[in-house]
Amino acid sequence: MQAIRRKLKDITNLWSMVKGLKVTGGQFLKPQVTVHYPRQEVANLASFRGPLQLVAKPKDPAKPKCIACLMCVSVCPSGCLTVLKAKPPKPTPEEEAAARAALEAGEKPAKKPAPKEPSRFIYDYSLCSLCGLCAENCPVGSLSYSENIYLTATDAKAFKLDLLADLRARAGAAPPAGEE
Amino acid sequence: MEATLLDPRMFRIVAAAMALAAFVGLNALVLVYLERKIAGHVQRRPGPFEVGPHGLLQPLADALKLIGKQLFRPAGADALLFWMAPVVSFIPVLPLFLPIPFDPDLVAMHVEPGLLLILAFTGINVLALCMAGWGSNNKWSLLGASRAVAQSVAYEIPLLMALLAVTFMHGSLNLSEIVEAQGAWPWQWNAFIQPVAFIVYFTCAVAETNRAPFDLPEAESELTAGFHTEYSGMGFGLFFLAEYANMIVVCAVATALFLGGWQGPFFSGWWWFLAKTYALLMVIIWFRWTYPRVRFDQLLNINWKWLLPLSMVNLMVTALVMKLF
Repeated sequence: MQAIRRKLKDITNLWSMVKGLKVTGGQFLKPQVTVHYPRQEVANLASFRGPLQLVAKPKDPAKPKCIACLMCVSVCPSGCLTVLKAKPPKPTPEEEAAARAALEAGEKPAKKPAPKEPSRFIYDYSLCSLCGLCAENCPVGSLSYSENIYLTATDAKAFKLDLLADLRARAGAAPPAGEE
Repeated sequence: MEATLLDPRMFRIVAAAMALAAFVGLNALVLVYLERKIAGHVQRRPGPFEVGPHGLLQPLADALKLIGKQLFRPAGADALLFWMAPVVSFIPVLPLFLPIPFDPDLVAMHVEPGLLLILAFTGINVLALCMAGWGSNNKWSLLGASRAVAQSVAYEIPLLMALLAVTFMHGSLNLSEIVEAQGAWPWQWNAFIQPVAFIVYFTCAVAETNRAPFDLPEAESELTAGFHTEYSGMGFGLFFLAEYANMIVVCAVATALFLGGWQGPFFSGWWWFLAKTYALLMVIIWFRWTYPRVRFDQLLNINWKWLLPLSMVNLMVTALVMKLF
C-alpha cells in the first residue's frame, strides 16, 4: 500500500516539470535586460562601483568631510590609500615671540592644535578591489563610489589619483596657494 | 541489372544523398542559432547579436572556426580508433534521412521497412561514442563512453516498444503508409490515439540523442566534455553535426509516426512536416534550458522502473485491442 502510494506521488510530482517549463517559457517571453553597451549605456550609474571619491562638506564643496582619522587606511585590505594628516599652521611672528617668552618664564608654550583634515589623500586605483570597506567604515561618511566607471588609461601611474584635487576640481575651486 | 551512375535509381540516390548532406549542414547552422537564441532569451539576454543582423551569421563564423582549427591527437591515443570515431558517428546520418517522407513525393528512397532502417542505423552512433572514448586515452572520455553505452542500450528498448505499438496499429513499417493512415486534424493523429507511446518515445528520443536532461555522456560539469574531450576542430565538428542531425531524425520520426507527418488542417505538404519537426526540436531545446541533469542512477531508474514497464503494458493493451476489434 505504502509503495503504491509512493508511486502515485511520483506520478503527481511530474506536474512540477510542467511548472518548470512554465517558468522558463515565461522568462523567454519577458523583455531582455541586456544593455548593448557601445550603442546603449546604463542609466542607473548610482548602483555601480566606480573609483572612490571624497564627499564634500555640505557648506564648503571644495573641502572633504574627512577628519583624517586614518580608519580607511587601516581597514583597506589592498593598501591602496595614503592619507597625510594636516600639520598645525605655522605660527605668526607675534605668536613665536609669545611662545619664546612663555618658555623663558618656565611655562609650557601654548601650541596650536592641528586642523582635523587631510593634507594629502592619494588613492591607487590600480590596487583597489572596490570592496567598499573604507566607505563603510568611514565615521563621517567622507568616501563614496564615483560614477566615473568608464575610467581607462594606458599607464598604471595614471591610476594614482589625488582625491583632494579631484574634489576641488569637481567643486570648481582653484588649488590652494603654494601648490601647483 | 547492373547499377551504374546512369541508372535512374542510382542517380536518384546520389542526388538525394547530396541534397540530404546539404540539408543536414544547413539544419545544423539553423539549430545552433536557434539553440543559442532560445538559451539567451530564456535567461533574458539577447544571445549571439554582433555577427550579422541579430547574430544571424554567428553559426557560419563558428563553422569556419571549427574548420580552420588544428586537428590534434593526444599522445598515447589509438590513432585509428581516434580518427575513425567522428567519421563513424557522422556517416550513418545520411542513410537515416533516406526513408523520411517530407511529402508524398519528397522521399529520397521508398523503403518498405523504413522504420527498421532508421532504428538499425541510429544504433551505430553508440559505437562511435564508444570508439571515441576508448581511443582518446583519457579518463573523462572513457567515463563518458561507458555512460553513453549504458544509457543508449537501456533507452533503446522502451523506444522500440513505443514504436512497435504504432506499427501494430497500422501493420506497416513504411513511414509514408503510417502518415497516410493518419488524418489531417490533430485528433486523428497517433499522438492522441497513443499518448503513452508518444510520451515514452519522446523521452527516450531525448535520451538517445544525449540531450539535456539526459546529457550524461558529455556532462561538462563532471566530465569536461565527456567522450569528445580530446577532439578539436572538425573532429569535434563531426560529432556536433551528428548530434544535431540525430535530433532532427528523431523529431522527424516522431512527426511521421505520431503527428500526422505532412498532413495538416490546411494546405498539406512538406511545410507542415518541417513545421512540426521544428516545433519538436524547439521543445527539446526548451527542455535543455529548463531541467537540471539527472544523476546516473536516476537515469537508469527512470528507464527500467518506469519507461520499460509503461511501454510493455502499452504494447500489450494495443495488441489486445487490435486483436479484439
